[in-house]
Amino acid sequence: MATAAPEQILTADGTPLKASLQKSLMRSKMHAAGLVFPAFLFLVIMFIAPIGVLLTRSIDDKLVNQFLPNTFALFEQWDQKELPDEDMYEAMFLDITGADKTLLGRATIRMNYEVSGWRSLVKKSNREFKKIESGPYKEAMIKVHKRWGEIKYWQSLGAMVDNYTMGYYLNAFDLRFDGDKNVIEQPENRQVYNLLWWRTFVVSLLVTFFCVLLGYPVAYLLATLPMRISNLLMICVLMPFWTSLLVRIVAWMIMLQQEGVVNNVLVSIGIVSDENRLAMMYNFTGTIIVMTQILLPFMILPMYSVMKGISPNYMKAAQNLGAAPSLAFIRVYIPQSLPGVGAGVILVFIVAIGYYITPELVGGKDGRLIGNMVAYHMQNSLNWGLASAMGLILLTGILVLYWLYDKLTGSAGMKMG
Amino acid sequence: MALPLYKTPFQRFGHYCYLGFSGFVLFFLVAPLVAVIPLSFTSSAFLNFTPEMLRLDPEAFSLRWYKIMIGDCSDPTITTVCTDKWKDGAANSLVIAIFATLFSIVLGTLASLGLSRPAMPYQKAITALLISPMIVPLIITASGMFMFFSQLDLVGTFTGLILAHTILGIPFVVITVTATLVGFDHSLMRAAASLGGSPTRNFFQVMMPLILPGVISGGLFAFITSFDEVVVMLFIGGPEVVTLPKQMWAGIRQEISPTILSVATVLVIFSIILLSTVEMLRRRTERIRGITPH
Repeated sequence: MATAAPEQILTADGTPLKASLQKSLMRSKMHAAGLVFPAFLFLVIMFIAPIGVLLTRSIDDKLVNQFLPNTFALFEQWDQKELPDEDMYEAMFLDITGADKTLLGRATIRMNYEVSGWRSLVKKSNREFKKIESGPYKEAMIKVHKRWGEIKYWQSLGAMVDNYTMGYYLNAFDLRFDGDKNVIEQPENRQVYNLLWWRTFVVSLLVTFFCVLLGYPVAYLLATLPMRISNLLMICVLMPFWTSLLVRIVAWMIMLQQEGVVNNVLVSIGIVSDENRLAMMYNFTGTIIVMTQILLPFMILPMYSVMKGISPNYMKAAQNLGAAPSLAFIRVYIPQSLPGVGAGVILVFIVAIGYYITPELVGGKDGRLIGNMVAYHMQNSLNWGLASAMGLILLTGILVLYWLYDKLTGSAGMKMG
Repeated sequence: MALPLYKTPFQRFGHYCYLGFSGFVLFFLVAPLVAVIPLSFTSSAFLNFTPEMLRLDPEAFSLRWYKIMIGDCSDPTITTVCTDKWKDGAANSLVIAIFATLFSIVLGTLASLGLSRPAMPYQKAITALLISPMIVPLIITASGMFMFFSQLDLVGTFTGLILAHTILGIPFVVITVTATLVGFDHSLMRAAASLGGSPTRNFFQVMMPLILPGVISGGLFAFITSFDEVVVMLFIGGPEVVTLPKQMWAGIRQEISPTILSVATVLVIFSIILLSTVEMLRRRTERIRGITPH
């Protein structure tokens, strides 16, 4: 009998205060949520859904199933030890002759990822099979192309039989499934991705390192100078931050090319001879230099905002207690500035690891990173499954790092300008 | 920064080394951008400083690359390709950026108003979601959007690009506007309501003037992001839509000519203007609130 409890406080219109408060809280909750809702909905449709498409694309493997329905229906019964029997050859024959042309094209590209040679095999068979009028198909097919008599092609179908696959994720690390679903290494000549992951990691790490090295003194200078001067110098940090990425890349091309400003200066003061101009563009060095300059503001700004909050009195106190200035700096100042350094490090690393434009334009051959490989598979080789898998692996890494960044900086981490 | 008299010569030396190093880093940050400007006035077709230019020979300088940039091909000295493509690209970029900025401002400001209310449920998670387009690498966003938009026939359309750039712009508006709202005194809104103003009127007459600097600087960030954006552009712009960054991208990869430098110069000046505007707005907010910059 809750309503009859005598101690209950009622509002003017007779409802219990508690319920009334709850109602009002609910209303303000709804109000707040209502304001956020349009942006939230827009983001879910236009951003989260595309990422979801990426996810489904990275595990989707229905293509070959659509192409070879009859063959796959019989596949389970085959022992995979010796060449399949006449029935399966017939099924394959029916699948290839009955397939839609675009489906055949796309499916054979996919089949080629498992064993190279599938594509030419199916293409040739598609032309020649028209001449075969009736069975037995096994011998006739082997006569058309001797690869039909090689068991590795048949066995490789085992890796494509399911509608969903983790195969692209394995491919991204130079691994693959064999016909029995065992994880094995890719053949030597196809191994590129581990090297690329490693290079992406090294480049990001080096860029981060150089950013700390170059950024720390500048951030300290900006934080200790009088406001008037530091505001002026801050423009030097913010201006590149604000300039178009492509403009900065063009600017670096002028600086670093063979006939560029840096080489000209070095030649004219005699450090480098005219014949041995340094190659600083379209290689690994170029990528590092340009990315360091582009990402340096991301390092300086968080460091600066932390250093600004460190009272100079601590250094004075330490020196008053007998520490040499250098010792005071190392033992007192640096530890206090570490949160800023940590935030800068993670921020720069996150941005560097997903870079695409800079390596593409100034990286040459040995400066390409994972981002470039994703773009290559999206636009050139059209292996969207692999591109999606690589992108999602990258994204997972970045989200973990971002979570760390958030822990390190709290909500104050995201500041601009 | 004058040093106290008691410093040893060794400490002095160290200090000057440190100043010199910092100066070098600041130079490293700005020098490439500064080098672009004189070179854009070259009269030769190459991207390096000729001896004539270094001697300040007036013959070595010309405005021809600027003329090509604006599509003015009347100059008889122009022998290279001269089309309206830069002008058209700039116009397309401008249209896309303006619409994307407007949508980002509306959606982002509304969301920030909700997010800064104490009653907002799942506030932290939703904020993280709204700023996530800034964290996810563009190449991943672009790949996902390309596959998604191609199902909706949005690839190669202005609509598709505006929608995509709106997504990229929202985080900037959300961050700047929520930051401005932190210092907002909500009792002002209650006072306005008790004086009989309607919620809409209170918003536009009381709140808006106070948070406007945040809205504008967020909008400027969104604008510049869209205006400079090239990765999403390359993926979902298709061959149909050509913008200024896409034109520059093609220029850098194929026929690199000094026209790119004149475009770059214009963009550098453009960004200086934007930077000063944002800085002015930031100071204004701080002055109004009586917060001294820290």
